[in-house]
Amino acid sequence: MNIKILGAVAAVALLAACADQTKTDATGTGTAHSIVPGSQEDLVANVGDRVFYDLNKSALRADGKATLDKQAAWLKQYASNNVQIAGNCDERGTTEYNLALGQRRANAAASYLKAKGVAVARMTTISYGKDRPTAMGSNEQAWAQNRNATTSVR
Amino acid sequence: MIYLPTPSLRRRDLLAGAAGSLLAATVPAAVHAQPLPAPGGAGGQSAVIDVSRARVEPIPIAIPDLGGDGPSGQLGRDIAGVINADLARSGLFRVVDPAAYIQSGPSRGDTPNFQNWRPTGAQALVTGKADVQGGGNIRIEFRLWDILPQAQIQGTAYTTTQSNWRRIAHIMADVIYERLLGEKGYFDTRVVYIGATGPRDRRTKRLAIMDQDSENNRFLTDGSWLVLTPRFHPTRDQIAFMSYANNRPRVYLFDLTSGRQTVLGDFNGMTFAPRFAPDGGAVVMAVANGGGSDIVATDLGGHGARKLTDSGAIDVSPCFSPDGTKIAFASDRGGDQQIYVMGSGGGAAQRISFGSGRYATPVWSPRGDLIAFTRYGGDESDFSIGVMHPDGSGERLLSSGWLVEGPTFAPNGRVLMFWRETRGRDARGTGFSSRLVSVDITGFNERVAATPTDASDPAWSPLPA
Repeated sequence: MNIKILGAVAAVALLAACADQTKTDATGTGTAHSIVPGSQEDLVANVGDRVFYDLNKSALRADGKATLDKQAAWLKQYASNNVQIAGNCDERGTTEYNLALGQRRANAAASYLKAKGVAVARMTTISYGKDRPTAMGSNEQAWAQNRNATTSVR
Repeated sequence: MIYLPTPSLRRRDLLAGAAGSLLAATVPAAVHAQPLPAPGGAGGQSAVIDVSRARVEPIPIAIPDLGGDGPSGQLGRDIAGVINADLARSGLFRVVDPAAYIQSGPSRGDTPNFQNWRPTGAQALVTGKADVQGGGNIRIEFRLWDILPQAQIQGTAYTTTQSNWRRIAHIMADVIYERLLGEKGYFDTRVVYIGATGPRDRRTKRLAIMDQDSENNRFLTDGSWLVLTPRFHPTRDQIAFMSYANNRPRVYLFDLTSGRQTVLGDFNGMTFAPRFAPDGGAVVMAVANGGGSDIVATDLGGHGARKLTDSGAIDVSPCFSPDGTKIAFASDRGGDQQIYVMGSGGGAAQRISFGSGRYATPVWSPRGDLIAFTRYGGDESDFSIGVMHPDGSGERLLSSGWLVEGPTFAPNGRVLMFWRETRGRDARGTGFSSRLVSVDITGFNERVAATPTDASDPAWSPLPA
């Protein structure tokens, strides 16, 4: 009996681990079979939920445009999805300037999606400046991750 | 190492003439002050000095426990302790070690035995008596003595409620500061800031307020929404700050008496970086537009909004000059972010920062003679807090570090507070911390504030009217 309970607990833990992985895996190699099409998880795993920017810049890079092209196609497919685009910055700037820079980045991504046919009414933008880092280190690798615009289903 | 004593008679006359208005200006509504006549004095070198020098040898001062019996004695010790800590923290006073005291402070009304205080090396002496009275009230007698001329500089009796005792001590410390240095103190003030807890990628940030000595800390919001950049109203118990309430980042006003929050104005897009006009009748702030942000001014009801810049660039961090005629702000209109100054109605702006790196967060000194700023270069280079004259001349850096940001002036313009973050050591951000730090405008006497959590975005209150 004790063994059975332990087994059940282990199975739950395994499931939780899988769910965690699909949530955090942005490369598209996750367990796609468990993902609801059109969900945030689907966007993260199979499309890419964020685009990255160069230091102190809000111009879209080629890799960012490619990601946004896929986002535009995905939003066409799931036409009932509305999204929020959040602009973020690395920690090497001041709070107030980064709020404006993050907004610029979110706007740049939203403008590109609009040009690719996504209705303005389906998109909201927000800037978190340097207040929502996803990579917590204080090095160029982390900063490159934190200079982004992240799309999430609302 | 050099004192520059002013002729004691002239200075004392001058200050005695101003004593009435001084009391009226520093005593809050709940405190009653009554002058205590001086028992008499003689000539000699005064402790009263001229503070308009850059860096000075601290004034040696003796602060024995205020007299009193039982609970009154404890109150007298506590008050002396707060005064002692305030003055020592300023860096402009050296409190003489009580072990050197030959006698305790004299009791009520007595003239101290100056022969016993001279050998301690103290130039000034604080004496007094604490009385815990009925009905939760306290009465504090307070006298400030100039030891060499053997004269009373100040004598005041305060009555207030017992819960107000720390404020009485701060008010007394402000009186000592002003009578001996010839400029207003800043001890009876508060600091509003952002308190932060939790891991870096899921920070909980709360609006917080504390006395300038980090006591009486209180959180004003519950952390449900991200909050940033609080600033004090120049005369009212009101704060302008930025909140992400309902995922709409906007500037709000927070009434400290009622706890009520109201959104300021109705703008398309995020509003941020607010500061009050010196007369308290308006707020300048930034509003995000398509490609950048503009500076706008609005009254406190959110009406009469006026756009002051329209550069297409990021114009941010506006701050009025204390006379209300000019606004300093940061802008990347010329490429890198720099500091500009324009008239308070907008129009042509003059760039004033020309050093290497980027310049941000200009803040005008209440004295009007300096603008404090944050300066930073590339990724790996340190950030600095500095000051320059409003025409851009005389730039001096006061403190540098991995990240230092967001200066705010004490109301007398003599001390700056800012925040300092340390570098995260690994991918989990281990080692990251954020602290409030104060520094004298000469760049010495740097001190970390004892906030209960990580802290950022400090804003110093004015002195109470």
